[in-house]
Amino acid sequence: MGKITNEELLKKISDKFNDQVTLVGEPFGLLTLETGREQIIDVLTFLKTDPSLQFVFLTDITAIHYPEQEKQIGVLYHLHSLVNNVRIRLKVFLTIDDVHIPTATVLWEGANWMERETYDFFGVIFDGHPDLRRILNVDDMLVFPMRREHPLEDPNRVDKKDYFFGR
Amino acid sequence: MQNHPVFTDNDPQNELSTLNLGPTHPATHGVFQNVLQLDGERIVSGVSTIGYIHRAFEKIAEHRPFYQITPLTDRMNYCSSPINNMGWHMTVEKMLGIEMPKRVDYMRIIIMELARISDHIICNGVLGVDTGAISGFMYLMIYREHIYEIYEEICGSRLTTNIGRIGGFERNFNHIAWDKLRKFLKEFPAVLKEFEALFNRNRIFIDRTKDVAAVSAETALNYSWSGPLLRAAGVDYDVRAMEPYSSYEDFDFEVPVGTNGDVFNRFLVRNEEMWQSLRLIEQALAKIEKEPSDIFHADVPDFYLPPKEEVYNNMEALIYHFKIVMGEIPTPATEVYHAVEGANGELGFYLVNDGGRSPYRLHFRRPSFINYQMYAPMSRGMLLSDAIINMSSLNVIAGELDA
Repeated sequence: MGKITNEELLKKISDKFNDQVTLVGEPFGLLTLETGREQIIDVLTFLKTDPSLQFVFLTDITAIHYPEQEKQIGVLYHLHSLVNNVRIRLKVFLTIDDVHIPTATVLWEGANWMERETYDFFGVIFDGHPDLRRILNVDDMLVFPMRREHPLEDPNRVDKKDYFFGR
Repeated sequence: MQNHPVFTDNDPQNELSTLNLGPTHPATHGVFQNVLQLDGERIVSGVSTIGYIHRAFEKIAEHRPFYQITPLTDRMNYCSSPINNMGWHMTVEKMLGIEMPKRVDYMRIIIMELARISDHIICNGVLGVDTGAISGFMYLMIYREHIYEIYEEICGSRLTTNIGRIGGFERNFNHIAWDKLRKFLKEFPAVLKEFEALFNRNRIFIDRTKDVAAVSAETALNYSWSGPLLRAAGVDYDVRAMEPYSSYEDFDFEVPVGTNGDVFNRFLVRNEEMWQSLRLIEQALAKIEKEPSDIFHADVPDFYLPPKEEVYNNMEALIYHFKIVMGEIPTPATEVYHAVEGANGELGFYLVNDGGRSPYRLHFRRPSFINYQMYAPMSRGMLLSDAIINMSSLNVIAGELDA
């Protein structure tokens, strides 16, 4: 696919960050790495500015919630190196009672709304974000609705219970 | 942008007025609210409010089997819903490892490029309306109608199409669809040429659009812009060329780029993309002639619903039908990111699957949402009337913004 293989990419990153960055896998050829919130901005800066990598395009920031894990909230970054045509995915896991992570708006202006969306739905607090408010939900909402404990519909409703189809 | 004094709050000369542009203003083509601080006609600052039609698609998707998520994707960019539908189908097929027959790929390309044309017809037509030229919009609109008639022959609906299935199409294209497609290909080039003649060298239009809201390539990349907006700024990033899906690698097409990312450049890039889409459709038609004409889906009985008459008369078909509808077929526990070139830019689907009947997590990378965040910052110092045409050339679709 790209001019740089995943092995070379992984080697470059692990040379720089040693064991602070761990390999999660390569599902469908997309190199997936895990790191901690202390290093995430350093890793992103390295990926963006290294002249042979140039991951200048921030494709997406989002989050995921695994209630059964010790570190429940995962923050996910998708980057794209347009020069090498390679994508990379970074994951940072956070505990539910300390969902703080430094903001990526210092590197990309475009991270602003992506982080607001992630805050809105998962309650991840991006430290240093210029304007961390809710974006799609109403301002006075009390919960972070994409967390798994919140059901899609009001569980007290009985008129839509369908015992055969499991809704 | 321009040299213009900005007054502080207690300056005696401060006569800023607040204007609520939207949420339902005819000039904004959708539910967008921008609270603008105006000094005369010049915008001093603005705050965008979005989320008026947020429908929690990502939450709903966690509770629906894969094939029932297609109608949700319809309602994102409803000006080109087939691209959303097929992007979603291809994401699931990528996860399941399903290979499509070439003919299905080419049929998909025909539909996706028609959708791109219909989306650009709207965007460029409306840009004309906002600059005061209504006839171009009216003239092109009938061809969007013809495109919708082609959809109608294929899937039965027009705007929110739900076209195709995971594993191919629900039925083969009938001869009316092919005839309408050929008629469209014959008539549309002359019309598009006339549309360009109305605008491309029109003094009034150029005065209104040239150097308005110009964006450098660095700024566009910094804001993660994609699609025609990024290309108008001079970056040749097109998912179809960079990471070909649905056999785009078999085709010969060009990626138009602009120079300074202003409204005029965006208009020209979109026009040229329509020409390229026509080229792609013509090539696809020629290639389809060489493929067996009865193939319209992959041979994946585990995921592709069998025809109804077989369900009623055939044991195996009934079992497959039941298992698909009940979601009892195991799927791989993995994660996949798949991007397609939507009409507004990179439309990404990030799917995390735990092996169940519905996604564990599904995130849509919606180009309008990401493109629109630059609107308020870039409006600073702009005239109100320029900000209006800037918004129409961003082609923000409310459904894709809020999801």
